[in-house]
Amino acid sequence: MVARPSGRKANEMRSMKAKVGIIPNADGSAMFAFGDTIAIAAVYGPRQLHPQHMQDPSTGILRVNYDLLSFSVSERKKPGPSRRSKEISQVTEWALSPVLDLRAFPNTVIDVQIYILQADAGTRTAGINAASMALAHAGIPMKNLICSVAVGKLDKDLALDADNAEEHYDEGEGHTDIPLAKIAGTDEFTLMQLDGKIPPEMIKDVLEMVNKGCEEIYEVQKKALKEIVE
Amino acid sequence: MMIENEINEENEQIESSEGNKRWVVVPGEIIVSGEDFLPGEGARREGDNVIADRFGLAEVAGRMIKVIPLSGAYIPRRGNVVIGRVVDVTFNGWLVDTDSAGSAFLPIAESPRFLNRNEMDQYLGIGDVLSAKIWSIKGRGIDLTLKGRGLGKLEGGFIFRINASRVPRIIGREGSMITLIKEKTGCNITVGQNGWVWVKGDDLDSEIKARKAIEFVADKVLIEGLTDKMEVWFQEN
Repeated sequence: MVARPSGRKANEMRSMKAKVGIIPNADGSAMFAFGDTIAIAAVYGPRQLHPQHMQDPSTGILRVNYDLLSFSVSERKKPGPSRRSKEISQVTEWALSPVLDLRAFPNTVIDVQIYILQADAGTRTAGINAASMALAHAGIPMKNLICSVAVGKLDKDLALDADNAEEHYDEGEGHTDIPLAKIAGTDEFTLMQLDGKIPPEMIKDVLEMVNKGCEEIYEVQKKALKEIVE
Repeated sequence: MMIENEINEENEQIESSEGNKRWVVVPGEIIVSGEDFLPGEGARREGDNVIADRFGLAEVAGRMIKVIPLSGAYIPRRGNVVIGRVVDVTFNGWLVDTDSAGSAFLPIAESPRFLNRNEMDQYLGIGDVLSAKIWSIKGRGIDLTLKGRGLGKLEGGFIFRINASRVPRIIGREGSMITLIKEKTGCNITVGQNGWVWVKGDDLDSEIKARKAIEFVADKVLIEGLTDKMEVWFQEN
């Protein structure tokens, strides 16, 4: 077992922070932070979908836009969509849509805007957590909340919720990143990506680690949502 | 047990939303367990449990479990009176912005008196504010009507927005809250179900007071007996 650069235990996450209702103009909004990674999400809608050819008369659709703000990383990020942000927008949409049933809102769209204020690895998972709370805050009918966290593999050992320093770990087999999202309280996973190499028999341990992490995340999300009602 | 439930159900008819137990739930959270309960709006049954479908206040009224929304966009319903603003005048009606998904259309035939096509924009021009009733919701959008009491163009005063989910709170039980605010400020107030509020009084001070009172009420979600608290608020302000 190698020591994590952050000094955390293998299944220890960074301290989390969550707040709901941060954007007064949105129908629903939330902030979620894993340590130094801060994501904000705003939900608008259900509202009329433009362009019109995308409208679906049988159901409403979900449209997610994820982006890093230009000051969120140490080297200024040129604002606007990139190959990376388009991919993350799409996987976030897929991660969130299984809990939504939008058939009650035909021809409409629910827009989810996710912005990263500060990036220190794990931005897509923080974004999904924030978006899930923001959707709930917007009063959208949902089966459950979505919790998301990444598991890293440093050389041969798993480490929950790796930060930026750990993502650049380069000894032995180096770093492998596995972001996952699941429906809270169930065994249904809605996102699983893999960047790097991992032996198949280790996946079981990865899922177990995520289950434990997601329980903690769910409590944070629940608390933040309940806090806004005085 | 059964008898007790039945009594509660009768109370629900009279008391509607107040006086029942309420607490905040998040989507997917178990509200109650057991076969005795029926899931209402915003709730569903999964095996033995009744589960919240959305974020809001869970309310147990007899056997019925429902979740009252606390936030979010306005979802139009048939029969709702809404306040809107004319965005376009077409050859056979008006296009109205009601702050909801889908556009709202007010056909010329639904105006309370006969109108000639060429005097349409004298009756309602672009930018005019009106209160109208939703008489149908079709796939393409909302159809409005002006036929009914208290509907029509709103002149003078000003409009502002509150969250649509707080509208029942502003109106109060059988209109008790809104009547109180009207009496205390002397203003004319119309509250649209879409969360737009129109206020018109004799002077700006009373209009602003009415707005402050409404925003105060919209802020308080969990407090019981708010009408009494408002009496106190008016004495202090």
